[in-house]
Amino acid sequence: MAHHSPGYHDHYVGPEPRSWWTRYVFCQDHKVIGIQYALTALFVGAVGMVLSWGMRLQLGFPGEFSFIDPSRYYQAVTQHGMIMVIYLLTAFLLGTFGNLLIPLMLGARDMAFPFVNMLSYWVYLLSVLVLLASFFVPGGPTGGGWTLYPPQTMLKGTPGSDLGIVLMLVSLILFIIGFTMGGLNYVTTVLQLRTKGMTLMRMPLAVWGIFVATILALLAFPALFVGCVMMLLDRLAGSSFFIPTIVQFGQLQPHEGGSPLLFQHLFWYFGHPEVYIVILPAMGVISEIIAVHARKPIFGYPMMVLSILVIGALSFVVWAHHMYTSGMNPYFGFLFAVTTLIVAIPSAVKVFNWVLTLWRGNIHLTTPMLFAIGFLNTFLIGGLTGLFLGNVVLDFPLQDTYFVVAHFHMVMGVAAIVAIFAGIYHWFPKVTGRMMNETQGKIHFWVTFVGTYAIFLPMHYIGLTGVPRRYYDFNNLQFVPESVHSLERFVTVVALIVGAAQLLFAYNLVHSIFWGKRSGQNPWQAATLEWVAPTPAPHGNWGAVPPPVVYRWPYDYSVPGEAEDFIPQTRPTLQTQAAGGGGGE
Amino acid sequence: MPQVEERGGLGGTRDRGGRGPGGEGGDSGAGAFPLPTAKLGVWILLGVVTVIFSALVSAYVVRMGLPDWKSSPKPGLLWLNTAVLAFSSLFFQRAAWAARKGEAWGVRTGVRLGGVLGMLFILGQLLAWGQLQSLGFGVSRNPSSSFFYLITALHGLHLLGGLVAWAVVSLRPTPLRIELCTLYWHFLLAVWVVLYGLLLLT
Repeated sequence: MAHHSPGYHDHYVGPEPRSWWTRYVFCQDHKVIGIQYALTALFVGAVGMVLSWGMRLQLGFPGEFSFIDPSRYYQAVTQHGMIMVIYLLTAFLLGTFGNLLIPLMLGARDMAFPFVNMLSYWVYLLSVLVLLASFFVPGGPTGGGWTLYPPQTMLKGTPGSDLGIVLMLVSLILFIIGFTMGGLNYVTTVLQLRTKGMTLMRMPLAVWGIFVATILALLAFPALFVGCVMMLLDRLAGSSFFIPTIVQFGQLQPHEGGSPLLFQHLFWYFGHPEVYIVILPAMGVISEIIAVHARKPIFGYPMMVLSILVIGALSFVVWAHHMYTSGMNPYFGFLFAVTTLIVAIPSAVKVFNWVLTLWRGNIHLTTPMLFAIGFLNTFLIGGLTGLFLGNVVLDFPLQDTYFVVAHFHMVMGVAAIVAIFAGIYHWFPKVTGRMMNETQGKIHFWVTFVGTYAIFLPMHYIGLTGVPRRYYDFNNLQFVPESVHSLERFVTVVALIVGAAQLLFAYNLVHSIFWGKRSGQNPWQAATLEWVAPTPAPHGNWGAVPPPVVYRWPYDYSVPGEAEDFIPQTRPTLQTQAAGGGGGE
Repeated sequence: MPQVEERGGLGGTRDRGGRGPGGEGGDSGAGAFPLPTAKLGVWILLGVVTVIFSALVSAYVVRMGLPDWKSSPKPGLLWLNTAVLAFSSLFFQRAAWAARKGEAWGVRTGVRLGGVLGMLFILGQLLAWGQLQSLGFGVSRNPSSSFFYLITALHGLHLLGGLVAWAVVSLRPTPLRIELCTLYWHFLLAVWVVLYGLLLLT
């Protein structure tokens, strides 16, 4: 048996933590790093949610809350978008799930480079602190929209054009550096540190999703990095990469000859893969949860892997569909519309496979399962409106209306955050050894899920009436019907209620850490490797015994003729037993 | 019962294991790549850096194509700097060969000279910046000079990062570390040659 991996992984463990300081703070253990990522990301996510309340209050009750002036409104819109997409979703789905799941699900003792992995979190934390610092500098954070389009972000009159934009760019640059450190670990660990018998086609889909998403991120973030550095030079050194000759307030600005469109290309070359960077790990997590809680093997595992790869590849050739209205050549737009619509095929393959996994399954409607089914719903509905927006002709009237806002919130905002919740409820027992409260979890789910539709279905309608996004005030616009105003109020009230439900989640999370029901080692009766490890897993994951040996794929649920309805990946098959190979553990 | 074949790097679809008793199974190897994990990590890093410079180059090429493009002078010192970087890379290669043969002296001189020449390259780049500035071409003069500073600065920063690794290697040299350092140096040399060629074209 020729496997080449040198010396079987037992080397790849960071130093054993000796003090409180190295156990909980400067820790090289992937599990601790994962939890650090989770807590930081959830905290900034809460900040992002509060910002959305400010935005909603203005839209629902214009002028009634005097602390939301136009500048604050634009800052809230911008920072809400940036925080949610980068600092919550990307950080949580890759940083937390990547760190917690990859080594445990693959039977490794730790990541390939534990020290670099630790550094990754600390650089991420620094980027978050720089971002939050921008709220406290004169002029406040940048309010140029989350896409940071120049020249607007840097001209006087845009909130935060002094220090806010500088801190925003520095924070993004730091985030990318930190992520790259983590990403190197995720990819290398998946390629090199799988345990004996864990072939690529026996990897759980969660790992597949994280793996491919990380590759996408490693290839996409550099474009944003370059764009940020160039804009920073424009802002600080007076160069003119992106800023054309502009006369503002009767004064000729010092810049000349920059190309704003260049930034848009760099931004969306990153920005579109970013959507899949967020959604592929979410899809992976959902695949795990659906198989476990429906007690059925995932339907069409090879097709699931293939569709992840195809989505990943396609994500690099669709970016210009964010720029149909930027004056591009119509043939160019046609090309990107075609590639965009092709993405529907692998996405539909995944949805069909999830539905067929549920079909006649022994479905347990636990909280994680409810959230997983919620993901299927929101992803499907959000994906369908994507078909409208992907068409150049339809995109022209819909561009920059609330239809777009509703679309991307459903398909990558809500869907991804719902997948995060599903993952938290599902793997919480693994991390803490305790269960989260089911009743509170179900209230959290139903309020969030129903609230999602109550918020975003009306928003589609608002968008179809032509109401543009990013506007501070619609009150004196002829084309905005009264129904839109009343719907805006309704959406705002629902948004506040959904926000309150997240407080219940926070309470449940903290309360369950200390007082939750004890879970035992494998509360969901799942077949994947992470549940084979002791709960909570010690440093090095597998204790003094060698890492587990894998004999089968991760989805042996409800196998006919078996006493239990799941078979762990570590149980030898009859064939290997007959060959005398059994008993890896 | 069909025998599951061992597949080199990527496991096939058929060996995903049993669906219960009597199903296919097998304890095939994990299929890691036949190279040290650290080396794979460096290769992936080089991939990321390649994307950074590709994004930069494509931005540069797009900008060059616009009608108002004005060129800026390139100090002749850059030729000398290029030679210094090439020699730096050569010395690292010599150290890597020496490490493979176990020649401590060759390793020491190779690593030391390679690193010192690397520093000299950065110094030379700074001098070139000074020359350009004294000609009146600062960062903000026109897009081509802005790109010049950006490209040389990003490349220089990557070399500085390499010098951090070099410090670790020269304190505690192992054959693998020297090899990885050499790889990184060759890569930065190649990137520089491409970038410099592009700068000269304009």
